Amino acid sequence: MSALLEVSGVSVSFDGFKAINNLSFQIGRAELRAVIGPNGAGKTTFMDIITGKTKPDEGRVLWGEKSQSLLAMSESRIAQAGVGRKFQRPTVFEDQSVAENLMLALKKSRNPFSVLRFRASERDRARVEDLATEIGLSGALERKAGELSHGQKQWLEIGMLLAQDPKLLLVDEPAAGMTPAEREHTTDLLVEAAKTRAVVVVEHDMEFVRRLNCRVTVLHEGSVLAEGSIDHVTSDEKVIEVYLGR
Amino acid sequence: MSELSAGAFRRKPLVVQYPSLLIFLGLLALFTLGVTVLSEGFGIGVISTSFVKTLGKTLCLCLVALAMDLVWGYCGILSLGHMAFFGIGGYAIGMWLMYARTELIVIESLAGQALPPTAQEISDGIATQIFGVVGASEFPPIWAFAHSLPLQLAAVVLVPALLALVFGWLAFRSRVTGVYLSILTQAMTLALSLYLFQNDSGLRGNNGLSGLQNLPGLGDVPQSVVSVWFLWASALALGLGYLACVAIVSGKFGSVIRAIRDDEARVRFLGYPVEAYKLFIFTFTAILAGIAGALYYPQAGIVNPAEIAPIASIYLAVWVAIGGRGRLYGAVIGAAFVSLLSTWFTGGQAPDVNLGFATIQWVDWWTVLLGLSFVAVTLFAPKGIGGLFDLIAAKRSPDRHGADLGPDPGALREKEANE
Amino acid sequence: MIWYFRQLAAGLACLLALPAFAQQAEAPIQALLVEYGDIIAKSSRKTIGPAIDALANSGLPQAQTVLERWQAKEMWRNKETGLFVFAEEVDRDTLRIFDFNDEGEIGIAPDDDFKQLKPNSGIRGMIGAALVQFQLIDPDPELRATALDAIERDPEESHLTALRATAQGEGNPVLAARKERLERLLTIRFGETDDERIAAIRSFEGDLGVDARATLNPLVATSVVVSATPLGGAEIKRIIEPGSEALPRSDAYALLVDAEMAPPLVSREDKRVALVANIEDGQVAGIEVAALGTEAARDMAYAALAATGKVEPVAEETEIEKTLQTFLFYERYTGASPAVALAAADVLSGIETKVAWNQMADLGLDALSLASIYFLAAIGLAITFGVMGVINMAHGEFIMMGAYTGYVVQLFVTDYTLSILIALPLAFAVTFSAGVAMERLVIRWLYHRPLETLLATFGISIALQQIAKNIFGTQARPLTAPGWLDGSLVFNDIVSISYIRIAIFVLALLFLALFLFVMNRTRLGLEVRAVTQNPRMAASMGINPDKINMLTFGFGSGIAGIAGVAIGLYAKVTSEMGADYIVQAFMTVVVGGVGNIWGTLLGASLVGTLQKGIEWLNPSNTLAAQTYMILFIILFIQFRPRGIIALKGRAAEA
Repeated sequence: MSALLEVSGVSVSFDGFKAINNLSFQIGRAELRAVIGPNGAGKTTFMDIITGKTKPDEGRVLWGEKSQSLLAMSESRIAQAGVGRKFQRPTVFEDQSVAENLMLALKKSRNPFSVLRFRASERDRARVEDLATEIGLSGALERKAGELSHGQKQWLEIGMLLAQDPKLLLVDEPAAGMTPAEREHTTDLLVEAAKTRAVVVVEHDMEFVRRLNCRVTVLHEGSVLAEGSIDHVTSDEKVIEVYLGR
Repeated sequence: MSELSAGAFRRKPLVVQYPSLLIFLGLLALFTLGVTVLSEGFGIGVISTSFVKTLGKTLCLCLVALAMDLVWGYCGILSLGHMAFFGIGGYAIGMWLMYARTELIVIESLAGQALPPTAQEISDGIATQIFGVVGASEFPPIWAFAHSLPLQLAAVVLVPALLALVFGWLAFRSRVTGVYLSILTQAMTLALSLYLFQNDSGLRGNNGLSGLQNLPGLGDVPQSVVSVWFLWASALALGLGYLACVAIVSGKFGSVIRAIRDDEARVRFLGYPVEAYKLFIFTFTAILAGIAGALYYPQAGIVNPAEIAPIASIYLAVWVAIGGRGRLYGAVIGAAFVSLLSTWFTGGQAPDVNLGFATIQWVDWWTVLLGLSFVAVTLFAPKGIGGLFDLIAAKRSPDRHGADLGPDPGALREKEANE
Repeated sequence: MIWYFRQLAAGLACLLALPAFAQQAEAPIQALLVEYGDIIAKSSRKTIGPAIDALANSGLPQAQTVLERWQAKEMWRNKETGLFVFAEEVDRDTLRIFDFNDEGEIGIAPDDDFKQLKPNSGIRGMIGAALVQFQLIDPDPELRATALDAIERDPEESHLTALRATAQGEGNPVLAARKERLERLLTIRFGETDDERIAAIRSFEGDLGVDARATLNPLVATSVVVSATPLGGAEIKRIIEPGSEALPRSDAYALLVDAEMAPPLVSREDKRVALVANIEDGQVAGIEVAALGTEAARDMAYAALAATGKVEPVAEETEIEKTLQTFLFYERYTGASPAVALAAADVLSGIETKVAWNQMADLGLDALSLASIYFLAAIGLAITFGVMGVINMAHGEFIMMGAYTGYVVQLFVTDYTLSILIALPLAFAVTFSAGVAMERLVIRWLYHRPLETLLATFGISIALQQIAKNIFGTQARPLTAPGWLDGSLVFNDIVSISYIRIAIFVLALLFLALFLFVMNRTRLGLEVRAVTQNPRMAASMGINPDKINMLTFGFGSGIAGIAGVAIGLYAKVTSEMGADYIVQAFMTVVVGGVGNIWGTLLGASLVGTLQKGIEWLNPSNTLAAQTYMILFIILFIQFRPRGIIALKGRAAEA
């Protein structure tokens, strides 16, 4: 199986501090992967590199069948190529309605001139309503995103990710601030999404990761410490040491 | 603003979607008609010609304020350089006005000579007339198209557009945002005005271009009539500009630029080329400003580099802030209110205030009042005058304690407080 | 009766005076005067020379007195004896006469017996030149210096001899050096042989004095000559092509016309006048006047007129070219003989290279002092902008407030040294309080809304500016520096720096040191850094961020006040002075990078050097210099959007 994303030998440092150190990582076309690690392990920087926010000092990031390098591409081009990202803190456009937020994310031409001429078709509206239903916000389409609760904002952001229809989903702590029922719903959604695309979930919560039931990559001090099933990594000596302290 | 929210989702005619558009256009038409009826040129003469010009100029200022609101209130770029585009528009049309009128004068004065004048003699005569004040007698290359009205009209649009395009591309490409961008745009304005202050800039140094109120070939038409024509033209430009702005902000494009204003990075991760959107808005508003300037300066009669000084652009921001940014009618109200009030105070019409120990003369103290009231508006009424309409309409967006419409971390803090 | 008494009195006076007339007629000076007596009495410019020379070169100690008195028209000659005396007029008719030999009074005599010598201005000049050599050996060094000044101002050939004669005995080393230098300069101008002059020229190799260049420059003067045949000889500097930068074609042709080697050109205007003069029945040479609205038609009509012989034929463009090609144009040395001119040119080019280097050094000093001013203006801004993330548009007005504080202090304290010493802390106190008040009333409510802070502080800025205008008026107010800051530190004729600029530079260094000390060595600095990096963490550790912000803002504003005093000393105090510096101060902070004092220092150096550099390239136009500098900075931001010293990583996004 050819990989969708291949990160190899990537390093980046900020003022001498090595945030990522010779990190290599691969994920297939339809795969769910959890990335765990203690604070400062480089999880966020890792996502920043893939999405183009941070340029690494060395290494390669290759994407898709043609093995395109993502390093030369801007954030928006990478997003257009099919990388979607959900941030740790929910970032939705608070001043705009739920419908507008979803419509913004909907997979359409991002060119300013076609956006200027854009008029939502019946199909687009139907798609937005479907998504709203899926994330439990169908009654709140006309409400401003800023009025939503924290959990609802998380949902809205997940909805926006789905609307983007990315090939690779990067999700940063999706379950933070959710009720147990919501967590379950989120798990289902992610597992479902991973059937047709690659999903990378960064999470602290071991219980949540266990429920995802997927391969787990453990990051520590900017490189991969261990990789395998959840049971495999939790029994790894090094992982235990890092997580529990010596 | 909530009237916008439905826009992207349920398609309706623009006017229904955005009811204030109809009200605005109606009021504008009514205002224009009213002034015409009361003017000296076309009506009963209650309003003096100079006041008609003031009103016409105010409409142009409203138009440039509209542009400022689009670029700042909607797209979050606090440009302190839009009056430069305004000035360039004025210079572009001023060059033709001055050239064409001087040409008529020169031809008339040469007509008395024994030989019919050659093209060179006419051109030399015009050049001497125009550039005598700066000690030159030849046309600088920049005046190559000054003889042609269509070309100079094209310059009104193209020069600001080109400058905005180049500057914007450079600035946005290197991700200069926030206050850095504001200072950079201010530097651009300063550079332009300093350049124009030079005598060898080719645009008459600090003399600027003058006599612009006289339309070439229409010497017989009294100013009372010309002033009303310009009022109509300004009103038309403002109406069309308003329509264009509404069309832009009401659709998905408006949704994107407001999203850029609130969280630029997030929009980028949605796959939108943020720089291209900013560049579009920056350039479009520069064109609006150029057109406004081209209509303003023939009514003012003179354009000089002082008009482009950074302070002018900051006043523009003041108008929009006082009127209420992030809503188009707010910009128009702010520009009209503050500039008319300013004319009233600085014109010496406002009564002095006697405090017993000292007398406040408004000609001297108006600027102080303006500065302080601007601070007050920023502190206590960030929504400006336009915010009053929300109170009347009882349309309240979630209480954000005045924080915030700008692309800064304030919004995030607000969220945390709500958690 | 009265007449009689008068005659009697005169006669008596004569009688009384007579014994004293046993004047020292045999004294050498008198003998010399008598020898040239007739020439002196004739007082003609053409013949007087030998007399003056003889006096001047006599070596007699009295010669100077004679020349001085003579020049002052105080020398008289006894009509009877032919002896010379000097005299003062007692009244209209009587003189008090003195002997030249010992300057002793001889007595009082009626002026009828004496003839006053009245040299004309030409002769007085010659006497003056002769006198210089006496002044040059005058015991009073001040007089000697004055004499040297006189020579420097208006050198003459005779001075050269005088200088050479007196250079040896000069005891004062300063004057000796001046004499020696002046001697060489005069040798360049008046030396008799080329060798002598060239030697003197060579001695100025690498000399930076303005006088050296002023003496050498006329030697290398050239003029353009035109010739039909090739010219040779050492005085020809080079061949120049017409149409080159040194000789535009029109100038070359004008030379030919002047030398009557080519027909004059007929200008458009002359042509028009000629045509107008030849209008007959609405036609010129058969062409309708109405058709003469183009140059081509006019040329045709003129050519037709020329063909009929009514006007001079005109040189056509092609002919001009041909004419120019038949002649050769040369640049010829006219200032001196070729050997001298070449030597001068050689030495001058060496001097110019050295001058260029020194100008660079001077420019460097200028840039340094400008940089210190920008640094002073920007450092407060860097604190508020860099440390607190607050853009303070009213910063320039704080500078202005500081300067006005200095002005007001000088109104009450007239001792300038004392007033400056009072003004500096007072300006700090005033602007510190203003800053704190502003932070409490406005800025505090706007943290994390930088654009609104920018606009609100701008509102304060225009209000403060107008208030200053209303109080102090629009004209510039003086802020006078103490006397010991007047003048400049002079390294040579090119490199110098005024003491005020040095003081500002020192002040800038002091502030840098103070800033580093406060930030790195004090509790306040530690707390400021803590609040900058993580306000909530700092708060949880018992630091009151509110108080820290207030103090930081006050500190930044206070420094602006002191900068205002410094800038006021160097420029005028006006209500708009803040606005003049604020943009450059912002540029400094932006270019340098936010949040780092070294960045501000580098930024100030860069902006200052750049501005001076551009001004140097285009000295006539400071407006253009500013324009280009701003354009440069806009481009600079392209490559280093976060300034020279940029923070990276998470800290940069905070």
